[in-house]
Amino acid sequence: MSFLEIKGLRKSYGELEVLRGIDLAVEQHQVICLIGASGCGKSTLLRCVNALEPIDEGQIRLDGDVVSGEGTDVDRLRRDVGIVFQSFNLFPHMSVLDNVTLAPRRIHRLSREQAQAQALELLERVGLSGKAAAYPDQLSGGQQQRVAIVRALAMNPRVLLLDEITSALDPELVAEVLGIVRDLAAAGQTMLLATHEMSFAREVADTVCFLHEGVILEQGPPEQILGAPTEPRTQAFLRRIIEAGRL
Amino acid sequence: MTLLDVRSAARSATTGGTAGPAALAALATVGTLCFVDVTAIRLVHAAPRSGGWHWALLAIATAGALATLLLIRPVVTAVRRGQQARKAVELGDAVAARAYRSRSRNAAWVTIGSCAATLIATFFVVFLLANDHAVQRTFFAPEMISISWWEVTKAFEKNLFIAGVAEVIVLAWGLVVALARLAPGRAGRPIAMIATAYVDAFRAVPAIIVIYLVGFGLPLAGVPVLSSMSPTWAAIFALVLTYGAYVAEVYRAGIESIHPSQMAAARSLGLSYPATMRHVIVPQAVRRVIPPLLNDFIGLQKDTSLVTVIGTVDAFTQAKTYSSNYFNLSSVTVVAALFVLITIPQTRFVDRLLARDQRRLQAR
Repeated sequence: MSFLEIKGLRKSYGELEVLRGIDLAVEQHQVICLIGASGCGKSTLLRCVNALEPIDEGQIRLDGDVVSGEGTDVDRLRRDVGIVFQSFNLFPHMSVLDNVTLAPRRIHRLSREQAQAQALELLERVGLSGKAAAYPDQLSGGQQQRVAIVRALAMNPRVLLLDEITSALDPELVAEVLGIVRDLAAAGQTMLLATHEMSFAREVADTVCFLHEGVILEQGPPEQILGAPTEPRTQAFLRRIIEAGRL
Repeated sequence: MTLLDVRSAARSATTGGTAGPAALAALATVGTLCFVDVTAIRLVHAAPRSGGWHWALLAIATAGALATLLLIRPVVTAVRRGQQARKAVELGDAVAARAYRSRSRNAAWVTIGSCAATLIATFFVVFLLANDHAVQRTFFAPEMISISWWEVTKAFEKNLFIAGVAEVIVLAWGLVVALARLAPGRAGRPIAMIATAYVDAFRAVPAIIVIYLVGFGLPLAGVPVLSSMSPTWAAIFALVLTYGAYVAEVYRAGIESIHPSQMAAARSLGLSYPATMRHVIVPQAVRRVIPPLLNDFIGLQKDTSLVTVIGTVDAFTQAKTYSSNYFNLSSVTVVAALFVLITIPQTRFVDRLLARDQRRLQAR
């Protein structure tokens, strides 16, 4: 059995069926990239895995346990599954250090000193230990997103979900954020990420999944999906990406 | 510059562009000067018969007459620049003409604005002087003020006490009600409904009626504990009930104004709903609602004067005793002045907070 398993996942908003039967398996230390046009369900899928959206049908298993459906302790699940958002969503009334230490202190019951030591170590890794006392609005977008990644990492999640984390950034700031994801992949962090950065997906992903209208049309190693896709709709999507100069 | 430009500049310079505002400004100045000076002379005449206000009235008359002199500078500028503009047109310098014309117009509007303000202030003085300055004697009788001001000011302490205690309680109670109204899920719905009913009821009922019902009703009903409250505490209780409903709505608006992504971000870290509210949502909301909250507090402070209906001796009750004994309202004017005195610093403070928020929003 895989580490994270999604079976027959369906999700609708009213009449609109966003996810129409998703099957996906993620092994430990694997990096899975979800690609596809806007509105194909990438973000919704990630939010379902984190239980930010309740699912209508199907099942999600994490390390063998069923973590979907009635009675699931979502707070417990979210300790194991972290998510980083497109729009950072840092807490604007807290310093960088407080942003990062809030959850470990409240949930893991770390002392202030322990939590801060851990936070500073993580901030050091992303080159932001000097910004610990700063407030989010004093940081650039790239710095804010790096803090958001650190905030998620501070809970030691077993799976990290990244929802188009570079889409809201100016182009020159994308590299600093992707660099961190690259390091995390190298360190063996299990990750499921939605992205529009195809060359990055090719570089870090073990598996690339092409989503189209709420189903995974095609999945496989990046060379295959990005280099020689068999599905005509995957081909059409990649052609548009190339025309836009993004590959 | 082409001939055409000069011509069009000349046309607009001569046909009213400046002449209008400048002439209007001159007219307004003359009118205002006459009105103010006539009023000043009346004041000087009235001064000896006004009792203790003698010197004050002379000072006001002098100040008013002197203030009108300030109008002269802008009106002279308006007229002069207008002349210079016409001269420049004759010399064919359309750019200079335009600049003079603009300055003339600006000075003219400054004059007209100042005239309007001066006229309004003067009308007020005329109103006080009306009917052989009966208005002034009714509301600003110096001997009445000197008799009553000390007792009234001492009684004002009661208003401050009621307001201060009520505000502290409202601050907490309003937040409790707001959180109850927003209680999530099916379990929260009955709580939310009862909180909504409370808010609806107490926002609808006038504060004076709540004070009346609480102040007279509870002792009458003989409810344990509540009925033994002193009138002061009954007043505090009533104002907390009323303003708790208002402030709950302010808090609720603040909480709802925090973007849902903040809730998502906190919950995604594994924080529970109460923890998210406590550490992430409410702290941001409170910061946002401080200005409207202070506005409600100013309202609460003013409504402390309503406690007079249940016989709590506050500044207004005290002033009314004087006013009915002496058939003169000057002691009530003292109460009004006291409220103005404590309210103005607060309103300025709120303005500053709002301005600061505005700057922050623009900076983002």
